Amino acid sequence: MNISIVLIFFTIALVLWLGLRAQRGKDMNLEQWTVGGRGFGTAIVFLLMAGEIYTTFVFLGGSGYAYGHGGPAYYMLGYGSLCFILSYWLLPPIWRYAQQRKLVSQPDFFAAKYDSPALGILVAVVGAVALIPYLVLQLRGLGIIVSVASYSVISSTQGTVIGALVITAYVMVSGIHGSAWTSVLKDILVMGVAIFLGLYLPFHYYGGIGHMFEAIEQAKPGFLALPAKGESAVWMVSTILLSTLGFYMWPHMFMASFSAKGERGLRKNAFVLPIYQLMLLFIFFVGFAAVLQVPGLKGADIDLALFKISMATFDPWVVGLIGAAGVLTAIVPGSMILMAAATLVANNIYGPLRARSSQIRIISVARLMAPAVMGVALWFTLQGGQTIVALLLMAYSLVTQLFPVLLASLLRVNPVTKVAAFASILVGEAAVAVLSLNKLSVATLFPFLPDALKDLNVGMVALTLNVLTLIVVSALTRAPRHAGPRLQQQQG
Amino acid sequence: MSWFRSLALLPVASVLLGPFVGNRVAPLVLGMPFLLAWMSLTLVLTSVVMAIVYRLDPANAGPEHAVGE
Repeated sequence: MNISIVLIFFTIALVLWLGLRAQRGKDMNLEQWTVGGRGFGTAIVFLLMAGEIYTTFVFLGGSGYAYGHGGPAYYMLGYGSLCFILSYWLLPPIWRYAQQRKLVSQPDFFAAKYDSPALGILVAVVGAVALIPYLVLQLRGLGIIVSVASYSVISSTQGTVIGALVITAYVMVSGIHGSAWTSVLKDILVMGVAIFLGLYLPFHYYGGIGHMFEAIEQAKPGFLALPAKGESAVWMVSTILLSTLGFYMWPHMFMASFSAKGERGLRKNAFVLPIYQLMLLFIFFVGFAAVLQVPGLKGADIDLALFKISMATFDPWVVGLIGAAGVLTAIVPGSMILMAAATLVANNIYGPLRARSSQIRIISVARLMAPAVMGVALWFTLQGGQTIVALLLMAYSLVTQLFPVLLASLLRVNPVTKVAAFASILVGEAAVAVLSLNKLSVATLFPFLPDALKDLNVGMVALTLNVLTLIVVSALTRAPRHAGPRLQQQQG
Repeated sequence: MSWFRSLALLPVASVLLGPFVGNRVAPLVLGMPFLLAWMSLTLVLTSVVMAIVYRLDPANAGPEHAVGE
């Protein structure tokens, strides 16, 4: 057994121990399990939200996208700026409303705002469906990391299954407390590894960061900028906008914001998180360093860029440390995602359908749903397929469809009816499904458009249909005579 | 909108305009391709601007509003 495997398994064991220990001294009711009893200070809420920055999406997908696509990878920096600005004004009213009513999940919020349990069920279904590819992404990354970092002693499938068991175990026992504790370990290790690799590799192979980019520009002119067609400036801006609107629509991000002790901590994050997002640069440097050193990775294999160059450069014990950090980028966010998905199914699908369910019954169902959801994600993971970034962009398109209805609910007078809210989400999600399954683009849908607009992210089409439905159905279903009481009711 | 809140429009404009007006490799800035440096510095600008907004926002004055309206 090589040192690399020992380090990876030590990390997995440490995470499991921390995750299981996190529930000590807590009366693990539904509010404790899902939102930590709303008692987390700024630092823990910061780590839970920052955990969203350092997932396998960044660790493998970010470096892989820089390696395989070049300039278009910069979109990940762009949406960091916009979504944290948005959070300053978006999260406090959401937190306030949820805290007043002791809401524990995203569908609770929608159901309360629109006085519609059916809308809550729809949002829960959308959230659960979108979280599956997000969990698949983490598991796929986990399999790659364990397999590659163990020098193929452990297969990708074995690595995925071991990780899935660990995540499921501590989510069932500790809920969000497990994620909070392990987030601390994860971020320290991942930041250290990212900064070390991002600086060491360019200097080791090229003599500096500037020299690295000069060498790449000489070998592949234009690779470091946006192409004129395809992933062009129009694609980048539209992708940034879609990712920004979707960032806080993830069910687990809602839960992370619900767990805050006060709204000021949420506002503080708006100026701390952008600096944290800047760490992405070091991940990009790793991907760019690999461009000329480990050429030839194609398709889904671009996600291997970080490990391929690390294995070509370092001794097994260093690769083991990198693998340990990588394992954490999958397990910790994976636990938040799994907990959110299990809560949605138990609290917002099972709960409303079994009207007399007690809180004790619901948390029991949520704990039982964790292995069931993980089983579904595991099945999809083992089917293989898309790159990590492609998986995430599809999942983002699904949750982004909730944004217009959410935004309307935060207005002083909500102009949207519950029927329109229901219809617009359905239309948006149906559009995403049709576009994704048929791999359609704006260019194939609207060949008559000017070339510049053909590169728009196709998710914009679904969002436009969604908003149009919202406006038209609201106009058709509004009842002027009774608008006053209904609107007041929606405002709560 | 208070004047200090409109400061937040600066990084928003920078993100949305960057890919169009800064889409080139040369000159390298801080050793990075021009567009990568643009997007990175926009993140720094975002942090600075939002820190100013936070400091000047009356909602953040006085004792913290904690759990338990």
